[in-house]
Amino acid sequence: MFEGESVQVPVGPQHPALKEPTSFMLTLQGEKILQIAVRLGYNHRGIEKACEERTYVQGIYLIERICGICSHSHATCFVQAVEEIVGIQAPPRAQYIRTIVAELERIHSHLLWLGVAGHEVGFDTLLMYSWRDREIVMDLLALLTGNRVNYGINTFGGVRRDISPEQKADIFTRLNALEERTKYYVSVATQETTLINRLRNVGVLSPADAVRMGAVGPTARASSVDRDIRRDDPYLAYGEIPFKVITADCNDVYGRTLVRVGELMESYKMIRHALEHLPDGPIAVKAPRKVPAGEALGRYEAPRGEDVHYVRGNGTEKPDRVKVRAPTLANVQAVAKMLEDRYLADLPIVVAAIDPCFSCTDRLTEVRRADGPSSVLHWEQLRQYGIEWHRRHGIDFSKLNNSFRCPEDH
Amino acid sequence: MKRPGRMLAEVLRSALRKPATVLYPFVKILMPEHFRGRLHFIPEKCIGCKLCMRDCPANAIQIIKVADKQFRCEVDLARCIYCAQCVDSCPRKALEASREFELAQLQRKDLFMRESPDPSKVSAPASEQPKTESAKSEPAPANKPANG
Amino acid sequence: MDAQFVYQNLYDLFYMLVFPGLLFLIAFALFAEYVDRKLHARLQHRVGPPWFQPLADVIKLAAKEEMTPRLADRRMFLMAPLVALAATATAFLYIPTWKSDIRYHFEGDLILVLYMLTVPTVTFFLGGWYSRSVYSMIGAARAVMQLFAYEVPLFLCILGPALLANTWSISKMAAFYQVHPAFAALNILGLGVCLVALLGKLERVPFDIPEAETEIVAGSFTEYSGRLLAMLRLTIDLETIVGAALIAAVFLPFGLGLPAAAGFAVYLVKLLAVVCVLTVMRSIMARLRIDQMINLCWKVAAPLGVAQVLIDLVAKGYLPRGYLQ
Repeated sequence: MFEGESVQVPVGPQHPALKEPTSFMLTLQGEKILQIAVRLGYNHRGIEKACEERTYVQGIYLIERICGICSHSHATCFVQAVEEIVGIQAPPRAQYIRTIVAELERIHSHLLWLGVAGHEVGFDTLLMYSWRDREIVMDLLALLTGNRVNYGINTFGGVRRDISPEQKADIFTRLNALEERTKYYVSVATQETTLINRLRNVGVLSPADAVRMGAVGPTARASSVDRDIRRDDPYLAYGEIPFKVITADCNDVYGRTLVRVGELMESYKMIRHALEHLPDGPIAVKAPRKVPAGEALGRYEAPRGEDVHYVRGNGTEKPDRVKVRAPTLANVQAVAKMLEDRYLADLPIVVAAIDPCFSCTDRLTEVRRADGPSSVLHWEQLRQYGIEWHRRHGIDFSKLNNSFRCPEDH
Repeated sequence: MKRPGRMLAEVLRSALRKPATVLYPFVKILMPEHFRGRLHFIPEKCIGCKLCMRDCPANAIQIIKVADKQFRCEVDLARCIYCAQCVDSCPRKALEASREFELAQLQRKDLFMRESPDPSKVSAPASEQPKTESAKSEPAPANKPANG
Repeated sequence: MDAQFVYQNLYDLFYMLVFPGLLFLIAFALFAEYVDRKLHARLQHRVGPPWFQPLADVIKLAAKEEMTPRLADRRMFLMAPLVALAATATAFLYIPTWKSDIRYHFEGDLILVLYMLTVPTVTFFLGGWYSRSVYSMIGAARAVMQLFAYEVPLFLCILGPALLANTWSISKMAAFYQVHPAFAALNILGLGVCLVALLGKLERVPFDIPEAETEIVAGSFTEYSGRLLAMLRLTIDLETIVGAALIAAVFLPFGLGLPAAAGFAVYLVKLLAVVCVLTVMRSIMARLRIDQMINLCWKVAAPLGVAQVLIDLVAKGYLPRGYLQ
């Protein structure tokens, strides 16, 4: 169509393909992508800094809200790091319960992904079905932990809720139903022509590139990179639960789909094994409120890949520094590579295939010259800038100020 | 064995089954027994240790002394993140998480939960009494740090 | 001006605007949209909308503010939905309903109808192109690319039955197949290809490429709002019915000779059956890429269309001349 000339198409910060704001500026020639510029940062919430102003206990719930989907991953990763500094260990039963919730979370995350992937390629029926079946595991999580998302099962030194024998039986029944459904999705993903056409040879990432770009999780494993923290650096109860690390050598979105549905099948087995071998004993040990000076690194295989939390304590109730490396930060670099010489139509599914979570990823970095002024706007300055900007565009917000005040600010 | 329309049999079967979705809000779905929903306060049990206030990640809860050994609890439901840490922190089980989850309100002030001890049992000095009664229409007290 | 003349004109007006013209068409199209959405929902194991939802949507859209992008060519932007709606409604007048001898027909109305059905796609292109938004322009270009892909198989598959019936009028084709229903069996292949091409024309999954939501927001329709969008949505609903009516007239020659009431019922059932088949097809597939769509149309659908023409030509050559009137 626009032969010879190229056209710039913004996908984001607001776009139906994206569930969170982020920006992909595409340079297209016809339908072909010539260039892609990724810009993150629309979702920065300052959680790392906010952690420094809160006690460790408060921190768990804040950390848990880094991501709505892998909330347990972040919370567990953080809790493990803190427990390491303090020098306590959760009792075995707590470790198993954490593992069970972790795998349930992986199931819900991968089923969610399957639906999103279907939606991105216009296969809404797949979305409706996989999300319907995801309700089974969501209800299960609500039953075990008290909520469908942000489970809040972790506390320092253990878990907050035990699993009763009735709940155990319930999990077994529902897992059987889920396993049946997952088998069906495997057959759909490997047999439906239109779906395979949209996934096969799309978003290719060679094994060498996957390693070079630091891809993690299913994105890396679909490119034959055999890495899984659960096996390579066992935490929780993973050292005692047998499981296979699923890899694929397709290097494309199809491979990433196969890896995820394969991991679903593994998760069912792992949960069954964990429930059958659930040790008796307490579910938590007492943890001190003050964390001694020291530092620790938590590693965790989240559904989207390796999650890393660094925590430094200084002997008080509040951490000195918390640093989060969410899996999407590792994977997002590879997206531009995957989209080289591809079509506009492939963008949504390729971006979705890394299962991105941009709010987990966004960070603020201030680059300051030793002598120069700071480029950071402070809250009042930003507010003033916003008011000025709108006034120039004919909207005067200063008159509306009071009507937006929250009751507690009076 | 690739073929288009792999889901045909499944979708046709579904059409004959009862839909998985329900006509909410006409049909309600109950949350499980130990759901972490709206908080409830049991004034008789509260000893005013304020451990819940210390642990609340959202600074949403306030325990206010209304009389000797009588405490009022105020929760800003808009701030509350429903983690129920306060329920765990409370040494006397004076707080409970309920199954209520439909908490949307048209007015922000309605998102404010204030549970006071029964006035008849409050052996309060006369100066304290009107404050508790008029408090219903007043906005939240300003003794909370603005956290923004 | 005698009474007969006035009566004739009034009847023409009634025929065109009320029944079986515009008003009936709109009512039936909205009902068909409901059937489509409800069935789609049930196939996806959902509850689906209530019966008045399509009408409610139109009313809601019509009540909303209408915006024209600053860079858009205002006249083209406004004209596109109107022309699309008018062309679709006009095409419907020339398609046989529950009887083959309808009020408006002439030798060659087949071509008129096919081109009237092409007009909406072209106006979608123009409307999208003159919105001057990148998403609209890409959607517009895709719509035209897709048009060239599905139009040929569609025309070939209707050409075959027309050759066999030896006429360029849809009414006469319907009349022919009504007399010789066995011949309709020869056109099964064409029916299949036509259904696929109709999916392309209606821009539905797997061929919703020009308005692929996750890629280009709403394609040509991205910048449309309010009454204009309502009109575009309505056009697509009407197109569904007109397309289904065309397929029913050409390929499904049943119930044409029945008394009016029974014939009318059979007619509605036929059309809704076509709509349901389209719904099932869109429920069980993923959206193709434009290159895959073009490949499919040229490498599979077009050869099948040629095969359909050959079948009809051979049939025509070998069957006794007298049998074909």
